[in-house]
Amino acid sequence: MYIPVNDMLKHFKQDAPAMANITHKSDQWSPYHDNSGTVLAVGIPGAVIVAGDTRLSNGYNILSRDATKLSQLTDKCVLATAGQYADFIALRKFLQQRLQLYEFQNEVQASTETVAHLLSRELYSRRFFPYYTFNLLAGLDENNHGVVYGYDAIGSYDKMTYGVQGSGQELVVAVLDNQLKGYNKINKTIPQTREEILDIILDCFSCAAERDIHTGDNVEILIITAAGTERIVKPLRKD
Amino acid sequence: MIDFDPSTFGLAHTYQKEDKDEINTLALPSAPQVIYKTLNGPTQISGGNKLNNFKHGTTTLGFVFKEGILLAVDSRASMGSFLSSEQVRKVIEINEYLLGTMAGGAADCQYWLAYLANHCRTYELKNGSKLSVAAASKFLQGILIGYRNSGLSMGCMIAGTDTTGQHLYYIDNDGMRLKGDIFSVGSGSTYAYGVLDNHYRYDLSLDEAVELGIRAIYHATHRDTASGGVVRVYHIHQDGWTKVHDGIDVVDLHYRFAQQKGLVGDGDEAKQRLF
Repeated sequence: MYIPVNDMLKHFKQDAPAMANITHKSDQWSPYHDNSGTVLAVGIPGAVIVAGDTRLSNGYNILSRDATKLSQLTDKCVLATAGQYADFIALRKFLQQRLQLYEFQNEVQASTETVAHLLSRELYSRRFFPYYTFNLLAGLDENNHGVVYGYDAIGSYDKMTYGVQGSGQELVVAVLDNQLKGYNKINKTIPQTREEILDIILDCFSCAAERDIHTGDNVEILIITAAGTERIVKPLRKD
Repeated sequence: MIDFDPSTFGLAHTYQKEDKDEINTLALPSAPQVIYKTLNGPTQISGGNKLNNFKHGTTTLGFVFKEGILLAVDSRASMGSFLSSEQVRKVIEINEYLLGTMAGGAADCQYWLAYLANHCRTYELKNGSKLSVAAASKFLQGILIGYRNSGLSMGCMIAGTDTTGQHLYYIDNDGMRLKGDIFSVGSGSTYAYGVLDNHYRYDLSLDEAVELGIRAIYHATHRDTASGGVVRVYHIHQDGWTKVHDGIDVVDLHYRFAQQKGLVGDGDEAKQRLF
């Protein structure tokens, strides 16, 4: 922001010439805003569970308590994004349109692996002006097992069994490492049933809402199975 | 201060419309275009730390010996000080006779090595013979020189087999291409070189070479905070490549090597691990 110098000051002795025509780096306009929030996804044999909080914030302001971070792209896969909401909307629009075109041309919906690759290419096409999005693509593979693909902002991706992105990432992923993989546990009990895992996910979001100012309000959970999609919304702290 | 027209932000994605496919206006995203370049250095947009913190930090190594080429890599990916993954695959299988290793920016390596794979396959179909390792690495070098100063970060090794034997090249984002017998790349490379240079001989047997590669990566993960996870080992020989080890946990290696040195602690750590 350029602050015009008052004409009167020209008559005063200028000790520090630096105060005249300075634009501070911090004032420079940036196309990026971090709308924060947390998303996570866990893949189990037969299903994949995706969850995201619904708080949309900008710095210390809450812009919405009801903004979804999840987007179902095909019957079998869901995109979960943390980062800049505008870029999430743009990315979602591109993917929805491109996947619709795929379905028209190929008469079958794209597999999760195909969508994962498409997303990576799209993110990398903006290598020098990135989408400020930290994505998780969760879906069912060819055998209807749950898989999660985790991305960075420019499209590098890896298949994993569970993933977390967003402002609460550091808080939540450590809990999942402990609960889902038994890291640093003396009595290694790995949860087997879907209900146990759902409980762990709800606990994770409660923990994140306690300690992360950008996570809270509600948690929206989508459970994708071969039979269809189930949606659950649970309240979180609103402060 | 960079002087730019804010309307350029909307033009990052240029759709190239070709006359013959009117329907396909939503073409697959093409290779990234640099929006604007400064002469001083890579393009900078203030997006805060998160946006420029792509996955870096690694140890990868490769060396040529009488049985072919051995590649060994770690599997840690860090975003700043946060460990985003301990299970990354840093050896990229370009095709059945070429392997590439990943160091620096994960997305850059993944994308451009996949692009190289595409190019190799197209060449093979058009010309009826496989692309040589020298030619494949040169092709990649050409691309990276084109993107010089734009902020790509890649330090990869291309290793493969062709009619003239097994060859190892190191390719860099500055456009450097070096042919060599021993390379180690990444933040832990100095530690790996120490171990490699100590015990490397051309006439190692396959088992000895695998052991050397594993040891070198283990030592790098032990001392470098940005390296860790599991060790993956690949062997390239005249019939292509084989995956020797898919993932040996470096923590297991630590206790195994400690026992070999006679350090048993109070006897419990090696046996009863808390993790």
